[in-house]
Amino acid sequence: MNAIRELMVKEFLQIRQDRRMLPLILLAPIIQVILLGYAATVDVNNIPMVVYDADRSVESRAYLERFTNSGYFTIVGFVDRPSEMDKYLDETRAILAMNIPARFGRNVGSGRSVAVQLLADGADANTASISLNYAAQITAGYAQSLIADQLVRIQGVSIPRVTSVSRVWFNPDLRSANYMIPGVVALILMIITTTFSSAAIVREKEAGTIEQILVTPIKPHQFILGKLLPFILIGFLDVVLVLGVAIIWFDIPLKGSVPLLFGLCGLFILTTLGLGLFVSTISRTQQQAMMTAQFFIFFPFLFLSGFTFPIENMPPIIQALTYGIPLRYFITIVRGLFLKGVGLETLWPQALALLGFGVIILSLAVARFQKRLG
Amino acid sequence: MNEFSVVLENVSKIFTEEGKHEIVAVDGVSLTIRKGEIFTLVGPDGAGKTTMIRMMCGVIPPSQGSIEVTGLRMDFHLSEIKTRIGYLAQRFSLYGDLTVDENIDFFAEIHKVRDYERRKLELLDFMRLSPFRGRLAERLSGGMKQKLALACTLIHTPQIIFLDEPTTGVDPVSRRDFWKILSSVLRSGISIVMATPYLDEAERSSRVALINEGKILMCDTPEHVKASFPLNVMEIVCEDPRKAMGLLKGGKGFQSIELFGDRLHIVFDSAKAAMEETLENLRTLGVPATGRTISPSLEDVFISKISR
Repeated sequence: MNAIRELMVKEFLQIRQDRRMLPLILLAPIIQVILLGYAATVDVNNIPMVVYDADRSVESRAYLERFTNSGYFTIVGFVDRPSEMDKYLDETRAILAMNIPARFGRNVGSGRSVAVQLLADGADANTASISLNYAAQITAGYAQSLIADQLVRIQGVSIPRVTSVSRVWFNPDLRSANYMIPGVVALILMIITTTFSSAAIVREKEAGTIEQILVTPIKPHQFILGKLLPFILIGFLDVVLVLGVAIIWFDIPLKGSVPLLFGLCGLFILTTLGLGLFVSTISRTQQQAMMTAQFFIFFPFLFLSGFTFPIENMPPIIQALTYGIPLRYFITIVRGLFLKGVGLETLWPQALALLGFGVIILSLAVARFQKRLG
Repeated sequence: MNEFSVVLENVSKIFTEEGKHEIVAVDGVSLTIRKGEIFTLVGPDGAGKTTMIRMMCGVIPPSQGSIEVTGLRMDFHLSEIKTRIGYLAQRFSLYGDLTVDENIDFFAEIHKVRDYERRKLELLDFMRLSPFRGRLAERLSGGMKQKLALACTLIHTPQIIFLDEPTTGVDPVSRRDFWKILSSVLRSGISIVMATPYLDEAERSSRVALINEGKILMCDTPEHVKASFPLNVMEIVCEDPRKAMGLLKGGKGFQSIELFGDRLHIVFDSAKAAMEETLENLRTLGVPATGRTISPSLEDVFISKISR
């Protein structure tokens, strides 16, 4: 025990000396969660729109008002010629262009059908389709109110309407941040523990100090524990920091049990430290370790865990692949704990998967590490 | 307990590089190192010195043969042996981002040394590192780093220390300092085994093993090694030793010819006549030279042994 404690003390002394590592450990997670909290949003708001209104009537203005009042659209410019709309789209100053034909008001008033042209910038397919959707809804609403007005005016009767009243559970405001930030907690925990633990071990190889350690009475398992434990502590510290930012700054509700969250973080750390240890056995320099972790672990984990892209939208083969990504289970766990407040009674399959991955990866890495030492 | 600190019996080490053929780094070496001596392994780069030292410290296991350190078999008592030895690897391998004190504390703690404060102060004083206790190890000069490393290997009072080229890359003054420290270490009853590429360092040791291509060519005191050299060495002084060497090379009557700074060393196997003849030869070729017989240095012996 003494040797492990001493290795940990040494590790912390070294971290204290490392002018790059300390800010990385304390500040990077906070900055990351703040940036990602704002940047990693899939909400579509304030879509810039350019308008060519050839009619300039009361009706066309009323129609446009419905767009601006919805909050989804911001009119960035009115143009005098349809060709000028292209420029706005080319320069990405607008995502949507609307062409209201002449006699729009008169035709609407006399009961004839009118077509309004909408052009969308499809370079960002996601935003384009969402904006067209909104636009279609607004237009349908406008059309419906026209019909209703007409009927009331002509016949003095009202027509029955069917509307759906929907309520969203767990994230009633449909805020992207609520969904993304719990994932960021998982991501930061993974990056910190994997990168730092592998770098710390490889550093001993680089400096040749591992050779010196081998001739001391320290046993390999003591060395591994002494090297990994500090990063478990740092990992948990970062979880606390990130949770603090999430709850205080972003007002993200943490509905589930905090002890359970920490316990499951612990399960996930088994996997990440195992991966870190494994990376250290195949890398000679800290730089190699960082690269290996980034390209062979972080990228696939990021894209296949459901953090960035919803797994349900992936083709079946890729979906099958995601079952081999431990982060997938952890993301489900943190999102469930944060937003739904569910406990182990729901999350036990994910917890079990994490435990399995953790034990297997960590013991393989330890075995490989010990073999390399011998 | 016997009087030997290290015994190697028919030890070999074979490395198999993936996809390549086998490399025999150490080839059937038998060796005994006595207590209280300073023993040097000397040889060119790649001779197998480092591999031998690493096996003696238990860093890597031998492919064949048995190793005994401080009377204990390496394959049964590795962890006990580790408490009795100190090892200074070839590269400066301490924690550059820890201070002098922190480095010593760390090695004391992991060796489970209790109440090491007094010994630490002694060692710091001894190595003249006391004024630098709070300095980061990476900010020390090469010589001071080496002394700190030595202090760390001595903190647990080992019976024997293994030093792998401790003075390579250290300036001459620090090298002399280091040797002074080594002799005091030796006086305090600690045996020393070291590998070195410097033959002048080998001359100062109790016994020396000449190593080449994983084998021991010779192992004895420096005096005996030199005395066992049955040859005559002539040192030639002339104006243009390079030219003289070019003229003489491939000639008859001598074994080898080597350039030693601005002099030539020619090894003859026999009579004085051959020496006279060589000088006469040079004179007729237009390079007047003077020569005298000298006692062979370790370097002469070593080069002659290797080139044979």
